Amino acid sequence: MSGLQFDIAHLLAGSLVLASFVMLYQDRLYSLLNVYAMHATVLAMSVAWQAFVQEAPHLYLTASIALVFKAIIIPVALHRIIVRLGIHREIETAVGVGLTMMAGIGLVALSMVVMLRVTPGADALAREDLAFSLSVVLLGLLIMVTRRNAVSQVVGFMSLENGLVLAATGAKGMPLVVEISVAFSVLIAFIVIGIFLFRIRERFDSVDVQALDRFRGERG
Amino acid sequence: MTTLRDILSQGAQMFLVLLLAPLLTGFVRKVKARLLRRRGPPLLQPYRDLIRLMRKDVVLAENASWLFRVIPYLIFAGTWVAASLVPTFGSGLLFSWTADLIAIIALLGSARFFQALAGMDVGTAFGGIGSSREVMIASLAEPAILITVFGVAMIAGSTQLSRIAEFMGSSEVGLRVSLGLALVALIIVALAENARIPVDNPATHLELTMVHEAMVLEYSGRHLALIDLSSELKLLLYVSLIACIFVPWGAAPADSGIQAFVFGAALYFGKLAAGGFLLALFETSIAKMRVFRIPEFLGAALMLALLATLLRFVSGSL
Repeated sequence: MSGLQFDIAHLLAGSLVLASFVMLYQDRLYSLLNVYAMHATVLAMSVAWQAFVQEAPHLYLTASIALVFKAIIIPVALHRIIVRLGIHREIETAVGVGLTMMAGIGLVALSMVVMLRVTPGADALAREDLAFSLSVVLLGLLIMVTRRNAVSQVVGFMSLENGLVLAATGAKGMPLVVEISVAFSVLIAFIVIGIFLFRIRERFDSVDVQALDRFRGERG
Repeated sequence: MTTLRDILSQGAQMFLVLLLAPLLTGFVRKVKARLLRRRGPPLLQPYRDLIRLMRKDVVLAENASWLFRVIPYLIFAGTWVAASLVPTFGSGLLFSWTADLIAIIALLGSARFFQALAGMDVGTAFGGIGSSREVMIASLAEPAILITVFGVAMIAGSTQLSRIAEFMGSSEVGLRVSLGLALVALIIVALAENARIPVDNPATHLELTMVHEAMVLEYSGRHLALIDLSSELKLLLYVSLIACIFVPWGAAPADSGIQAFVFGAALYFGKLAAGGFLLALFETSIAKMRVFRIPEFLGAALMLALLATLLRFVSGSL
């Protein structure tokens, strides 16, 4: 593989990690959704580039699934949901941004140390993609942990799944069936979560998940 | 002969930055005014201000110590030396072996230390507020710029500015996401260090949120002229630093003739004008931040710089 091909793959995968950080930084729901759409677009570009480099035409299909479903349909649907729930102007009281950022940097460093140690035999592109995708997954988990609003937890979950797709495309010879089934299971999970959001809202008049804690009897 | 040429180019560089610094500030003010559909002061207004201040008497507060009188000269000296170390039109300077990024940051840091001391020296409330805020901003901006420097130095293999500029101008750089992140981090730090708009407003004198102006409120006459000139020099320094690291094309290499130097100088004017125009555009399109949001803004710079270093570490270890 030539230097430029690797550099572009590095650029796109690195931008995906950066987009995760931007999501971590946002505290408004609208901008969070816009950044999620950007995250998915970067993922689609990255996958398309891998398809070009690896000469694997089925990856173009994965890229277009990512572009259509994750960058267009899901953000638009979530936009509608938050408008209908009436929470689109809400500012989230997350854990302090600085602390979250530091934790995020720690997670990225951790995933790089782990992945680069574990995979010395693999080729450079796969190693790098694995390291970056593990950090995207961990950052998605961090987004889910630091948010109290159910909608942004859903967004964190979706971005986590983007990291999985990046890992899957970096590894050569991932069958298409697996990717399509992952994509559709995420879509179904999204629909289920959407329905649940409305159910939670009906019952507790809020999508703040702390209401659930009280209901389970964990707080006083 | 080589030494003579190096001395000449170093001397030209020193006086060039000193002469150009007020012009750059005037240019930024003019562009900002035009963007707001005002006519704005003439381009040479900063020079006139400096000359006027130089002619005026110094009014000292009763309880000002000797430090208060010495500090303007210290700040000016530190900033001028730092500004004349950054390669502008060519990299063959006499002192390019000392033109180390860390040394430049240390010079600027010591200038800031003295400025914060001067702010507290007279004992007015405004000076104290200004100093404490300046130190808060500095404590966040300095780690960010140091880590940016580490990231850039890891890519270029040196912390010497002339080497970095040569490396960035060559074709071995390739496409690096780390450099993009480092550029954004450096721009954020430069905005904070120069007291530009999202962090501080350079156009006000009496406002509760001011930082830089609050510290120098007690200065007058030639002391104030020196301090103003140093902050103008600092703006020029940061613009040329960004130009030198990220757009080094056209700067004359170490052993070139007079034409290359003239060409480099012409291109340097263009870079400065572009930098000043972008700064003015950015400043007119954004509002000033609350003081309590500054840590988040600078924290983003620190985060970007760390991320740049980490990403570079990954691609370097493969």
